[in-house]
Amino acid sequence: MSVVKDIAAVSQGMWATWKHLFRKPLTIPYPEQKRTPPPRYRARIVLTRDPQGGERCVACYLCSAACPVDCISMQAGERENGRRYAEWFRINFSRCIFCGLCAEACPTMAIQMTPDYELCSRDIMSLLYEKEDLLIDGCGKEPEYNFYRHAGIGVVNPRGGNPDEQPPVDVRGLVP
Amino acid sequence: MPDLIDILIIIAKLGTILVVILSLAANLVLAERRMLAWIQDRQGPNRVGPQGLLQPLADLIKLVTKEDLRPAGADKWLFLLAPAMAAIPAMLTFAVVPFGSPVHLLGRVITLQVVDLNVGVLFFMALSSIAVYGITLGGWASNSKYALLGGIRGLAQLISYELVMGLSLVPVVMLTHSFSLNEIVAAQATVPFLLYQPLAFLLFFISLLAECKRTPFDIPEAESELVAGFHTEYSGLRFGLFFVGEYLNIIVLGGVAATFFLGGWHGPFLPPLVWFCAKVLAFCFVFIWTRGTLPRLRSDQLMHLCWKVLTPVALGNILCTGWWLTIKP
Ligand code: SF4
Ligand code: SF4
Repeated sequence: MSVVKDIAAVSQGMWATWKHLFRKPLTIPYPEQKRTPPPRYRARIVLTRDPQGGERCVACYLCSAACPVDCISMQAGERENGRRYAEWFRINFSRCIFCGLCAEACPTMAIQMTPDYELCSRDIMSLLYEKEDLLIDGCGKEPEYNFYRHAGIGVVNPRGGNPDEQPPVDVRGLVP
Repeated sequence: MPDLIDILIIIAKLGTILVVILSLAANLVLAERRMLAWIQDRQGPNRVGPQGLLQPLADLIKLVTKEDLRPAGADKWLFLLAPAMAAIPAMLTFAVVPFGSPVHLLGRVITLQVVDLNVGVLFFMALSSIAVYGITLGGWASNSKYALLGGIRGLAQLISYELVMGLSLVPVVMLTHSFSLNEIVAAQATVPFLLYQPLAFLLFFISLLAECKRTPFDIPEAESELVAGFHTEYSGLRFGLFFVGEYLNIIVLGGVAATFFLGGWHGPFLPPLVWFCAKVLAFCFVFIWTRGTLPRLRSDQLMHLCWKVLTPVALGNILCTGWWLTIKP
């Protein structure tokens, strides 16, 4: 009998909603109560430093290229020792969708996401974060990592001098 | 010849009813929003005042201060009148609903009912037919396809379910031998008709849902298909009138259903007025609960349900009632 089945189905639905009527809401009243997001939550972006305190970013533009909404822009500069850095670095948080692709693309672990989700403002220009606003004093989620101790040009050790590195290959020596 | 005091009493009753029903309707909006929220494990509006109790006031201020738009090409007078046509019949219906036992005050008997029409049932049916005009003309006058579709759907739906509603009331009238709502209540002094006529009650309740355009029969204003249906083009206070009209309808039809099937103001221990209010509020709750549960029917399912299921069942119910009344000793 389909009628009986239909009535049973409707009663089941009514019973389910009845139970939920007395359940504690899952949502919380936001500004009074705040949830602590998990540490890997993707919100406000920071630029971190290596354990020695140097800027990690090498202005390679990979984050900027990975960004689907094109909200990262920078200008690369170079020090005397060949070490690259960002002359300026800007993230437009009014466009950022917090997808985390920039952090994934970064080879030096410079750009990282933090759980600070309360980013909003009535003044849209204040959401334009410059390098000074982005750069923090810590290492973020990778406390040990220093890119130049594993690869790259001789900033910390001479080229190829890092423990897990091979000395540079003499390309001329490969000529048969 | 009614004297001055009688007229004053009637005006006082009308005023009280108007104020009570309107404020109840406004608060019902809040109650619905909160209850739906609880059903969905949310909090609902709880910002304005303690537990959001001042939300209706805030909504009112918002609606009053909004711009009253009229789309280009709309039929001016119909567009302006339609919201009133939707809300006023609902309020008028309450005139025949007895909401308490007669009160003796200063040597006078005051019936807690505005007028005791001897054709109360027909009056109620007539007014609920008039309510069709509000939404149909509102949808037609807006000069918008969505509104027009909503209006047409509403027209088809309300006319069809009117029939079921009427047929489901016939057994009640047969049992009471009267069209007067007062007599109907009096006939239920011991046993409410719900126990004699559970099927008629179910039919009546389903058609009530359709009459109020509530889920699962909210296809005239199906948000997911028609933007907002017949009131798509309305804004400000006129939209508010449509909106409050819907809730007025719920309250009034809840009162009517309580009168027809739940014994009106009859009930043990508590005063009659309390019983009546409790029954009406119970109906409101069930309406909201249903809205929180059931999905919307398709237009063709709605018609199928009405003409192929409910109408035959209602007719069969009338036949059975008649048969039972004739063989009854
Ligand atoms: S999180 Fe996504 S959108 Fe935001 S800056 Fe990084 S790549 Fe761009
Ligand atoms: S990917 Fe990393 S290192 Fe490269 S520019 Fe972006 S932040 Fe700097």
